[in-house]
Amino acid sequence: MDYFLSEEQQMIVDVAAQIADEKIMPVRAELDEKHEFPRAILEEMAQADLFGIPIPEEYGGFGGSTFEITIALEQIGRACIGVGTAFAANFLGAYPIIIGGSEELKQKYLPSIAAGKKYAAFGLTEANAGSDASGIQTTAVLDGDEWVINGTKQWITNGGEADIYTVIAMTDKKKGARGASMFVLEKGDPGFSFGPKEKKMGIRASSTTELIFKDCRIPKDRIIGRQGTGFITVMKTLDSSRPGIAALGVGLAQGALDEAVKYAKQRVQFGKPIISYQAVQHMLADMAIGVESARALLYQCARYIAANPKDMSKASSMCKVYATDVAMKVATDAVQVLGGYGYMSEYPVEKMMRDAKILQIYEGTNQIQRNVIGQELNREYSR
Amino acid sequence: MKIIVCVKQVPDAKDVKLDPKTNTLSREGVESIMNPFDQHALEEAVRIKEAQGGEVTVITMGPPQAEAVLRDAVACGADNAVLISDRAFAGSDTWATSYTLGRAVKKLGEFDLVLCGKQAIDGDTAQVGPGLATRLGIPFVTCVQKIRETDGNTVIVERMMDDGYDVVKASLPLLLTVVKDINEPRVPSLKGKMKAKKANITMLSAADLEAEATCIGLPGSPTQVVNVFPPEPRGNKEIFTGSVDEQVDKLVAKLTPYL
Repeated sequence: MDYFLSEEQQMIVDVAAQIADEKIMPVRAELDEKHEFPRAILEEMAQADLFGIPIPEEYGGFGGSTFEITIALEQIGRACIGVGTAFAANFLGAYPIIIGGSEELKQKYLPSIAAGKKYAAFGLTEANAGSDASGIQTTAVLDGDEWVINGTKQWITNGGEADIYTVIAMTDKKKGARGASMFVLEKGDPGFSFGPKEKKMGIRASSTTELIFKDCRIPKDRIIGRQGTGFITVMKTLDSSRPGIAALGVGLAQGALDEAVKYAKQRVQFGKPIISYQAVQHMLADMAIGVESARALLYQCARYIAANPKDMSKASSMCKVYATDVAMKVATDAVQVLGGYGYMSEYPVEKMMRDAKILQIYEGTNQIQRNVIGQELNREYSR
Repeated sequence: MKIIVCVKQVPDAKDVKLDPKTNTLSREGVESIMNPFDQHALEEAVRIKEAQGGEVTVITMGPPQAEAVLRDAVACGADNAVLISDRAFAGSDTWATSYTLGRAVKKLGEFDLVLCGKQAIDGDTAQVGPGLATRLGIPFVTCVQKIRETDGNTVIVERMMDDGYDVVKASLPLLLTVVKDINEPRVPSLKGKMKAKKANITMLSAADLEAEATCIGLPGSPTQVVNVFPPEPRGNKEIFTGSVDEQVDKLVAKLTPYL
């Protein structure tokens, strides 16, 4: 279907698609098997200017909106959401600086992220703070001209690989949500170390580690925005980034559909290709309906969010939930269409099914997203 | 360093079909791409430019729609693009093409290096690179797999051979044809694509080249294609079945009498 992209948007799609097809697809199974961080591919993406898409022009980026990064992530996700996650995490790490950072922080960090010379990551989750972000126990205490940070962040994408980390910590526990602040941490800051790389069910090309802060001292001016604005920055960051996760979902679902149709056309049983049987056709039709409806919703939400409306959370949550649920369903059905072959690692769909699961969990579980949508509905109908 | 890269627009080999009646390539509905070997030549030129400075000019000879490969080349880092196009060039064989490209390169002025793909995947002759060097009166090295050193006066390259490679030192100006092992071509960048959209393409006609009418197009092409046919299937064949070990045993049994 034609979504009437502008010429520049079509260029983004073409470049991302070429990287997906030529650079990622041939190596995705190997990266998955070896749990290998895709540095060479990310370098290729940097060379092709993809890191600059959502970074403002004055800091060396293209100044694209949520929509422009969405269409790029969809293409990368079609090949491998492990690579897609490692790529997308850079923007999750950069958004807090774009949204709330001082001019000095923006000048210092954004150009190198836009050029793909330095990778970024985002540190929110802790052992006791997942869906309930108010359980954050990491603290930051001002001591003279330095913040002293203590605590441990868990399951941080690009952990150990990134150079720049935007991290939330409590600066005043008594104030609850209003007592949290965000900071920029650099790999190499004294007292900042990493846990071992986690072993995961899927998205194995991405690196996931703990961030460990033991009396980690950083300059005073590394705080993002004013003290106490951490949660607002996190919420705004996630509103902007969730369509990216939806995009990985649409891409993964498209990739799974592509594999299923290709296989169904060439697999012969009872003397005919299995695509000629209605049982298979109907499965493929439902998969295609899912992919196209998820894409339509995603594109509309991403365009809406790009206009920076007040109720962007609902749109952001809706596309995230729908596209990632579709991704899980379509990947599972793709394995079913391929039957026994689909279950084997020689074919890409078993990896897609393993990978898809995380989409329903990270950047806010789909249950939490439904809470957001439900609460927003409650508010809308109370006016 | 001033580098000229010769590229050709060819049908994408993934889609190529033979017309069963004429045994010629059926180009209808087939996507056109930059000849894959030429992509490696372009990548090498851009890498030399990035490392040492200079300018990369990409030239192609073909119909007006061949402009697409020139824009692709600009998107991948070429600075200038030249399209040599004229109805009078139609039907050129490798002899006439070498002559025409030679006229064009001379018209472009001073250069240090000409890079070509080893061959085009449609004609597969591998003659135009050496032919062009001969027309220009400069030395050439074919099947280059690596450029070891360039200092502006000489280059040291590795020429791929069946049993390894030769190391060749040659003086500039020089023409090299390259094999795919030389590098991994980049994906075009967004900035490159935007630049390519706006790029000026220099057009050169037969008149611009002051080409002699008897040397170009069909009249300038001594090659005659008498017949095109698929090769005869080779000899008797036998396909082994069974487990890998069984198949290996059968193969060894078959080969042993010849030892």
